[in-house]
Amino acid sequence: MTTQNAEPSGTAKAPAAAGAAADAAQGMSIVARSQGQLVRRRFLRHRGALAGMILFFIVVTLAVSSIGAGPIPGWWDKDPTETGQVVAAGRPTLSVLPEFLGGGGFHLGEHPFGQDNIGRDYFALTMRGTQVSLVIALLTGLVATLVGTLVGAVAGYFRGWTESVLMRITDVVIAIPTLLIAGLIGVIVAGRGIVIFAVFLGLCLWTQIARLVRGEVLALREKEYVEAARSVGTRSRRIIFKHILPNTMGVIIVSATLMIASAVLTETALSFLGLGVQAPDTSLGRLISDYRTALTVRPWLFYWPGAFIIGIALSINFIGDGLRDAFDPRQTRVRD
Amino acid sequence: MSSLTPPVPPAPSVPETAANVIEAAEEVHAARTLADSRPPADEEILTVENLTVEFPTDDGVVRAVRGISYTLHAREVLGIVGESGSGKSVSSMAVMGLLPKNARIRGSIRYRGQDLLTMRPNDQRSLRGRKIAMIFQDPMTSLNPVRSIGDQLAEAVLAHHLVPRKQALGRAKEMLDLVGIPQADRRLRSYPHEFSGGMRQRVMIAMAIINDPDVIIADEPTTALDVTVQAQILEKLLEVKDEVNAAILMITHDLGVIAGMAHRTLVMYAGKPVEVGSTDQVFYEPRMPYTAGLLGSIPSLEGERDGRLRPIGGTPPSLIHLPAGCPFSPRCPLATDECRSGEPELAAVGEGHLAACHHSDTLAEAEDATAFFHTPGPEEAR
Repeated sequence: MTTQNAEPSGTAKAPAAAGAAADAAQGMSIVARSQGQLVRRRFLRHRGALAGMILFFIVVTLAVSSIGAGPIPGWWDKDPTETGQVVAAGRPTLSVLPEFLGGGGFHLGEHPFGQDNIGRDYFALTMRGTQVSLVIALLTGLVATLVGTLVGAVAGYFRGWTESVLMRITDVVIAIPTLLIAGLIGVIVAGRGIVIFAVFLGLCLWTQIARLVRGEVLALREKEYVEAARSVGTRSRRIIFKHILPNTMGVIIVSATLMIASAVLTETALSFLGLGVQAPDTSLGRLISDYRTALTVRPWLFYWPGAFIIGIALSINFIGDGLRDAFDPRQTRVRD
Repeated sequence: MSSLTPPVPPAPSVPETAANVIEAAEEVHAARTLADSRPPADEEILTVENLTVEFPTDDGVVRAVRGISYTLHAREVLGIVGESGSGKSVSSMAVMGLLPKNARIRGSIRYRGQDLLTMRPNDQRSLRGRKIAMIFQDPMTSLNPVRSIGDQLAEAVLAHHLVPRKQALGRAKEMLDLVGIPQADRRLRSYPHEFSGGMRQRVMIAMAIINDPDVIIADEPTTALDVTVQAQILEKLLEVKDEVNAAILMITHDLGVIAGMAHRTLVMYAGKPVEVGSTDQVFYEPRMPYTAGLLGSIPSLEGERDGRLRPIGGTPPSLIHLPAGCPFSPRCPLATDECRSGEPELAAVGEGHLAACHHSDTLAEAEDATAFFHTPGPEEAR
């Protein structure tokens, strides 16, 4: 195939035809693609996923590059904690409407997202909130998915008393309102940083995934290929991780993304109750709850973090959708 | 070889042309027959003694296997035939140790003297796939759809040998070559959905023989395949049997498969063997009416004088409520009061030929054993 492309187009006709015939005769006219390439292709052809990916990338890049994170310097000159003079009632100075439509043309201005009541730059605050919320959401989703998958898979595969014990524990965790446990954890780990907070939050959100994965595993363990794997002497651990879990990837990925989205909301609720991220640090949820009374007078303090929450949740959900479709090798048709 | 031509003794009345046709067909089909393969040895590989399997259910105890004994010698092909629910699959799953936990298994299953039933689970696992391998009925569902063929084959090696993955994949390629899959190194990276049914069954055979097992249990390996592919698969199975020097336990309800494949045949009914003997004995001199009934209910190219099949009436008995006496008596044309009161034991009716029937002498005297199942056709009934 490649030699044929290398021929000059004018003289290529006869040799190319002969080459193609030879290829066909050898049954070699198929271009081999690796599984990774296939997954990437399917993912990139999924428009929703691609859009979600781009949006997510923009949000992350903006959040990290603007005010910087750790050693990374930011290009935005204001600090989220720095107070100052409230200019023009703290109205956003961001303008995107071009002049011929009656706008002021594109410019950021001094405070693109406006200022809060003590004169802090709201763009810097929102960026910091986005960073914190992303870290918490991703970490929580990761921990919850890992724990939930493990518990569900072990319970579903081994059945018997293992299942009874694990699922009763799951029932107990479900029976107690999430907010109550999470709040309790919030109090216990208060002030120890967002990483610890996220890990513990993940430890109380795994129940849904555990139940979902257990249900899938219950069905998959009866499949003939699992029996076939056992008949060649494969160990249980390997059967769970290599045969059963890859087949539940779709379910796991989708619920993991939903988990990340709901972690943003749980974190918001906890911060609202004062049990989440502690001042002076902030998060998108905390920003919303901090300025909930400003909705009528300074609505931008409400809708900027709100827009970022929606953007993050939506883009992650779309990415999950695309991943689920892309990972399924049985899928031959690409959605358009 | 072909499942269409079960061997019935060539009756003298068969026209010569028909016999020629059959011979010609056999020559075409049987590129490799049982006669070409290496003969069985005396060495006993697998001994099953008085195996019973019961499943407790809400409706009562299901007595799936009610005492089966057989010995499998090295390189021997033992066929187990019976209709659905006769316990043939359950008894082989017991040998594999793959029955559900609630199954009550009694008796003994010895592999080279080691009792599999009293063995620790991990020791049993280490035998599975290495010494005793299994080929499943449905190749379409027996391969994991999300893992490549090479991965799944290599896994069978890695489950028992501490070798690098690369070496395991090399072995997998050899096996694919052996079972006749072209471009094996490329095919290792393929996924099951890219294979046809026949190719998948070849992969399953490759997976079964990848560790050079002593015993291959083939549980209806050709049921899900069409007839031409069936013949290829069976041929391949005989070929690899010689290649790895294994004995085969062939479980099927297809008498044609048994006829072309097995040295000895065991006929099961309602969880018990009712006739055991060399395949020729069982096919040519059936001594149990059930066997005769099975032989009479398949179409044959020869000797069918009235052109009608002779089916066995009725249905197999419930394994929860077995009839008193011989379980076949409600369907048996020869049944007498003796049959309805006492269940016959397996008794010798010839050299190495056992049958469980009070009336095996009657069958021995009969000219055509299948004729007992003759039911009058509509035109005769009129």
